[in-house]
Amino acid sequence: MATQDIPHDVGGGRASLLYDPKVRGIFFQVLVIVALTAFVWWIIGNTIENLKRANIASGFAFLNGRAGFDVSDSLIAFDSDSTYKRALLVGFLNTLVVAVAGIVTASILGFLLGIGRLSQNWLIRKICTVYVEVFRNIPPLLVIFFWYFGVLSVLPLPKESIELPFGSFLNSRGFYFPKLIWGEGSMLVPVALLLGIGMSWFVARRARLRQMATGQTFPVFWTSLALIIGLPLLALAATGFPMSFDFPQKSTFNLTGGFQIKPEFLALYLALSFYTAAFIAEIVRAGIKGVSKGQTEASSALGLRAGHALRLVVVPQALRIVIPPLTSQYLNLTKNSSLAIAIGYPDLVAVGGTVLNQTGQAIEIVVIWMVVYLGLSLITSAFMNWFNAKMALVER
Amino acid sequence: MSQNDLHYVRSEMALPQPAPLRERGPLAWVRKNLFANPFDSVLTIIGMLVVAMIVPPLFNWAFVNAQWTGTDRTFCATVAQGGIQPDGWSGACWAFVHAKFGQFMFGRYPIEERWRVILVAIMFVALLVPLLIPRVPRKGLNALLFFVVFPIVAFTLLIGGVFGLPHVETPLWGGLLVTLTLSFVGIVVSLPLGIILALGRRSKMPVVKMLSVIFIETIRGVPLITVLFMASVMLPLFLPAGVSFDKFLRALIGVSLFASAYMAEVVRGGLQAIPKGQYEGADSLGLGYWQKMRLVVLPQALKLVIPGIVNTFIGMFKDTSLVYIISMFDLLGVVRQNFSDPAWASPQTPSSGLVFAALVFWMFCFGMSRYSIYMEHRLDTGHKR
Repeated sequence: MATQDIPHDVGGGRASLLYDPKVRGIFFQVLVIVALTAFVWWIIGNTIENLKRANIASGFAFLNGRAGFDVSDSLIAFDSDSTYKRALLVGFLNTLVVAVAGIVTASILGFLLGIGRLSQNWLIRKICTVYVEVFRNIPPLLVIFFWYFGVLSVLPLPKESIELPFGSFLNSRGFYFPKLIWGEGSMLVPVALLLGIGMSWFVARRARLRQMATGQTFPVFWTSLALIIGLPLLALAATGFPMSFDFPQKSTFNLTGGFQIKPEFLALYLALSFYTAAFIAEIVRAGIKGVSKGQTEASSALGLRAGHALRLVVVPQALRIVIPPLTSQYLNLTKNSSLAIAIGYPDLVAVGGTVLNQTGQAIEIVVIWMVVYLGLSLITSAFMNWFNAKMALVER
Repeated sequence: MSQNDLHYVRSEMALPQPAPLRERGPLAWVRKNLFANPFDSVLTIIGMLVVAMIVPPLFNWAFVNAQWTGTDRTFCATVAQGGIQPDGWSGACWAFVHAKFGQFMFGRYPIEERWRVILVAIMFVALLVPLLIPRVPRKGLNALLFFVVFPIVAFTLLIGGVFGLPHVETPLWGGLLVTLTLSFVGIVVSLPLGIILALGRRSKMPVVKMLSVIFIETIRGVPLITVLFMASVMLPLFLPAGVSFDKFLRALIGVSLFASAYMAEVVRGGLQAIPKGQYEGADSLGLGYWQKMRLVVLPQALKLVIPGIVNTFIGMFKDTSLVYIISMFDLLGVVRQNFSDPAWASPQTPSSGLVFAALVFWMFCFGMSRYSIYMEHRLDTGHKR
């Protein structure tokens, strides 16, 4: 008979503390905390010593110092006598502008491309596929360089500007278009616009209630369009079109007047939009493909027209799949806008870099960068989470 | 009525009729795929216009009008710009790429030492290709050679300073060499680090979990540039006086840490997709934590997220171009740097150099994404519904 050694419990029923997962966990965590604290302590000690030797006063007091440099592109008044604080604010605003403009364009382009990739039309499908495969596989910095050095820098000089419709010009110093100057009484226009938006909201609400109660529909879209466009137009007519255009004028060496968009901004904006659009296209495609075919078939069985089926059945479900990855693409675009530094568009990182070189306050600047970008990330994801929760399937 | 009176039954099968004429042939294909309805026809015409606007000029620029040979900028500039080309000429300046090819590949690596880089490249390909082809046997040995032996040999060869090889400092490195080194090290470091961070984020120990979350979310919330700036300007402050890191190494640390945070989120996705029964099954078998993860959970989780992992690799490969901003010269950086070479500066130089760089980046990234699709199909063992 085969005998087996059956282990006997000799220790009185309890395993050694050494093998207790709870005790091990606590021990391990204490170890981690001690090691981390020691490491941070060591780093702080070194940093203080290094700063002392380099004669750099730590702290954010330097922000009130005189900047002494100029920023080429600024939304708010700025000159070299302004403070570092204001310089960073200028940079932050520029980041916001390019990010928002890029997000809007990239979304539109991306949605078109994504739908195009699912088109019945062979040619359109292929064009969109080539676009997506090209732009997804090259670095964003290269796209920025391409626009800046390859396209915008080789445009003709201001003397030989390319003339475009509506009195706008394109040359190596940027894109010029007529500036709208509002005259007296033009305050009525935004008021009318707001009124139009408010009334459309009211109409949409009433129409929905009526449809719920009686089943009768109301052309909400066209009414809203008429209200939102018509009311401001009426206001304009009533005040006698109180606006004028400041057209860019060609002079010997430069264009004067009008509104100028600098090539740095243009390159960054175009590159970010084109690059991110490829990713958004893939997300949109995945979203639409993620809605099962049964949904489309069921809506045609209910007698919905193709347009209605798309708007009422497919898109709301696709959006649910699309929103989370879309959020991260928007954040990526915002973060990629920091590549502005490579072509000298004064965004937060570029301005911060200049300040860092002038003052040597490396830690403070990097902390400011991190806080701002983290803040933007958190705000965007909070908003998108809220939107996602609103759109999410309400399950019982 | 006779039972056998079945004259009307055919004794052989009728051959299938050919499809109606309007459903076959190229014309039917065109009608179905290009001109199905009026809207479709409009789209097709717009598409054709777009293609006609982009493709022939691009083809002319890249091939027909391109300048393939030359020794300096005069070959790529028009007469008005001080060159030999007729006015209004617009073509790629491949002569520039040809002349600078060595720099694009190796940077300022000394010319008489470049054989070392080429040798490393040959070893890299010779070890990587069998690793990627599933049929080739001895994967374990191959992986060991590739991930452990190769880096040591490559490091020795590239840096030099031993066995009579002259020392080559990292500031001399550049071009594709830097791009590939950064990506290789980034990939090799970020995958294990990412797995550890992902496990940490799902750990039951609150301290470990919190630290992982803070690390991952902070890194993911900021642009790579700030991480690189941190590595290049803050790291020297953190170290005791006199101790200094190589700049290349600092960039490596920055890129690897950045990629590992993204990798951690990808791996976490895989870990969450594994049903609880697998964890409990491993527990009930009496496996310890690391055994459970190594033998049961991770093999399944990683297989699920291969596309995500490769996407992170592709992202990192593209992101290595950002080291240009902390004045290191990877492929894109070298190309950019050479725009301002007075011997070659012409309006066509930037676009030619950039198109070349784009082609190189594109080939690597596209190759990676195709391989990941192939692996995904191969490893798909049918668990997915």
